[in-house]
Amino acid sequence: MFSQIEQYFRELVPAVDFCSLRLVSERHESLTVRRDVVEPVQRSEDLGAMITVFDGGLGYAATPDLGRTGLQRAIQQAHDWARVTAGRGLVELTALEQEPRLGEYRSPVQQPWSSLPLADKLERLRRECARLKVDDAIIEWRAGLWHSGIETLYLTAAGGRIHQRFEMLLPSLSASAHRHGETQTRSFGRGAHYRQGGLEILKETGFYDAAPAIAQQALELLAAPNCPTGTLDLLLAPDQMILQIHESIGHPLELDRILGDERNYAGTSFVTPDMFGSYRYGSELLNVTFDPTHPEQIASYGYDDEGRAASRDYLIKEGILLRPLGGGISQMRSGLAGVANARGCGWNRPPIDRMANLNLEPGDATFQDLLSRVERGIYMETNCSWSIDDSRNKFQFGCEWARLIEHGALTTVVKNPNYRGISADFWRNLAGVGDRSTWQVLGVATCGKGEPNQAIRVGHAAPPCLFRQVAVFGGE
Amino acid sequence: MQDYFYSLAELIQSLLQGGEVFTCAFYGEDSDFVRFNHNRIRQAGHVAQQSLMLDLIAGRRHAAADLTLAGDLAVDRTRLAKLMEELRAIRADVPEDPFLYYATEVHSSERCYASHLPAGQAMAETILTAGQGRDLVGILASGAIHAGFANSLGQRNWYRRPSFNLDWSLYLRADKAVKARYAGFDWRDEELRTRMETAAAQLEVMAQPARRIPPGRYRAYLTPVALEEMLGLLSWDAFGLRAHRTGATPLLRMVEEGARLNPALSLRENTAEGVAPDFQAAGFIRPPQVALIENGIYRDCLVSPRSAAEYGVPANGAEAGEDPLSLDLAAGTIPGDEVLQRLDTGLYIGNLWYLNYSDRNAARITGMTRFATFWVEHGRIQAPVAVLRFDETLYHLLGDRLLGLTVEQELLLDPGSYGSRSSRSARLPGALVEGMSFTL
Repeated sequence: MFSQIEQYFRELVPAVDFCSLRLVSERHESLTVRRDVVEPVQRSEDLGAMITVFDGGLGYAATPDLGRTGLQRAIQQAHDWARVTAGRGLVELTALEQEPRLGEYRSPVQQPWSSLPLADKLERLRRECARLKVDDAIIEWRAGLWHSGIETLYLTAAGGRIHQRFEMLLPSLSASAHRHGETQTRSFGRGAHYRQGGLEILKETGFYDAAPAIAQQALELLAAPNCPTGTLDLLLAPDQMILQIHESIGHPLELDRILGDERNYAGTSFVTPDMFGSYRYGSELLNVTFDPTHPEQIASYGYDDEGRAASRDYLIKEGILLRPLGGGISQMRSGLAGVANARGCGWNRPPIDRMANLNLEPGDATFQDLLSRVERGIYMETNCSWSIDDSRNKFQFGCEWARLIEHGALTTVVKNPNYRGISADFWRNLAGVGDRSTWQVLGVATCGKGEPNQAIRVGHAAPPCLFRQVAVFGGE
Repeated sequence: MQDYFYSLAELIQSLLQGGEVFTCAFYGEDSDFVRFNHNRIRQAGHVAQQSLMLDLIAGRRHAAADLTLAGDLAVDRTRLAKLMEELRAIRADVPEDPFLYYATEVHSSERCYASHLPAGQAMAETILTAGQGRDLVGILASGAIHAGFANSLGQRNWYRRPSFNLDWSLYLRADKAVKARYAGFDWRDEELRTRMETAAAQLEVMAQPARRIPPGRYRAYLTPVALEEMLGLLSWDAFGLRAHRTGATPLLRMVEEGARLNPALSLRENTAEGVAPDFQAAGFIRPPQVALIENGIYRDCLVSPRSAAEYGVPANGAEAGEDPLSLDLAAGTIPGDEVLQRLDTGLYIGNLWYLNYSDRNAARITGMTRFATFWVEHGRIQAPVAVLRFDETLYHLLGDRLLGLTVEQELLLDPGSYGSRSSRSARLPGALVEGMSFTL
């Protein structure tokens, strides 16, 4: 089918400065066992294309009608909008990528989703779900798998052709314990074990080992005291670090935010263009990369949705801010070097600057080393609450589970752990970074941004990190 | 599009095999999106999309799928036939579903509205003209939204509503801005110009140096738009039956311990006066109103068909997520033009942003102020304030520290467009609060 659509596009391309087609085919399957009952299997199939035309101005049209007539209509609509924006556009795009690129990318898959019959998958989920119900106080428990197969084809009138195929899997487990007017929930990373690949992900992420501890910890939280209030050292696990990176490094470094596109919705940034190359974002231990080279990570790809080849780049090195998250158009607008991160969440939304894989590079401390550096502090795992201002500075985050650190050792479990701070100060208090053995490849399934709105998957990898003197507090 | 959907329903009917029944829900839109920044066009285009959610049922076994439709009958006929075969194969592998529940009484309906919208290009031109000389940033979405339902019992429901939603901000510098919305069904250039002038006048206040307010507890007025953020967070899981039965609702203390909000607080799902369709994906018709909180006491939950079957209570038209689509908070007694006077000294909060729970069991919420938030003294606006983080339980904000709600309610049409354009709305007054805690 793709070849037929490609042929139509080549035949229909108008005489304009630039024209592209981005075809996206998605197939999803969601399996859930909740409270030991198999929920309805949910499939979805989505297929459509976006046409982009530059002819003095820039316009787009998205259509699910991929016949010759449908594509012709979409090209006309995109061309009409291009004419409307001519002279009214935010930037005069005189140098859109014209050089035809040819490329292929494919997720590595060891054990394909289709290799295990549906009934067997459901049986595995039933087994894991049942292992979560360890006590009458467990009031809600579920196990799930969400599989996606995504195929994209990007064509330009100049002869560019990029074909990419992705397979991804999101395993999930959660248990909620309830007693005396209180509910506490523990989960399998709250959706963070999201990766490219096949069923091998289940073993690699420890899915089959996780259920008993999740249920036990939910019960523990019911009996636990509240997280203390005070200014303490804070050790964050990788499944909280990904949120910390996402909100207070990733979003502020998005170049379209810095250029003001998101000011009406997702917000602006405390980062300004003049900071790149000199601003001290964090301590010397802070090294952050845009890294599409880990094939198992959820947002690895060969090319972004405007056809630019993706490569690994440092955004922050030894604490100094170097480079923003800006795709081709943002780079053109700002004059700053960026990365290949123009991404649309589907065929019906235009590409904008997004995080893809944004990773905090490992340091040299073992987990035990990090603990040993803390006289009195808190260790927090698994994000459950996030809030940050529109400049991405004043934040407050909450976690599912925490333990006190006393004299270099983990002690009492505490509930409702929260902490707050200011991005610009927080990263400068980074005092310890876990080594490669502690580094985890994780992801976020739905990062929201853009007008019209777009939710997209992004990858983050991080080790546990130690921060000095952070305001922490618990519940009521 | 209605005829097309009904043709597909007939096609599905014709492909049924012995003992099978089906339900299917339809969504479609034909939208123009124009994104602005610095009063120039950043991105502009058209999105046409339609999809069908089909549940193929035999006895108590079933399988469901979402399918994006091409809009070409020959193509969609082939896809649907293939999909139905796949769903039959899935159904053979799944156990009986004890909580399967769909409408078996036929309630057909049709609610179609004519379009009073100019072309998107003309609207964009008007916006750029009205924004001339200003730093305008935002989004215009316009066009028709379609929704439908059909089943093998012959029920047919159709909804079509052309609408527009211009959600924009005027910026002065950095984060100093005012936010405005012009949304509805009947576009008027003059109305846009008036709203633009109002926003511009508010922006003049933002020119004053921002006052830094130290953390502490302050008297505050929350505009309807600010309150919309708060109730929007609650909408995720506060009112659904499943959330109540599984202890997930942040209103747990109301449900289990008899905690109450302020007696002035009455909250309804008001389908009759909202803009969302009055039918849902399994074919049930939504009642005109569902009382969620009445005089500060928790009343009814939103109940999806699945929860109805699981917990043995009647369904009341909720979708699977059991979140409200047409929230309506009853008006209060404070005249809008007396708000500043009644506030006297404190914070006038135009917008809130990025709310989340800091202690869900205690309904304690944190979030930021954003856009037009002012410090008021003796009933007069003194200065904009630097952004503040609040952290407070609803049992205070909408409970013992709620001083009153405004007489006037505002109908707010949701500008959201994740996946597709939203049909949610909220009709809300503003709220005057005795003490709101700010922490950062």
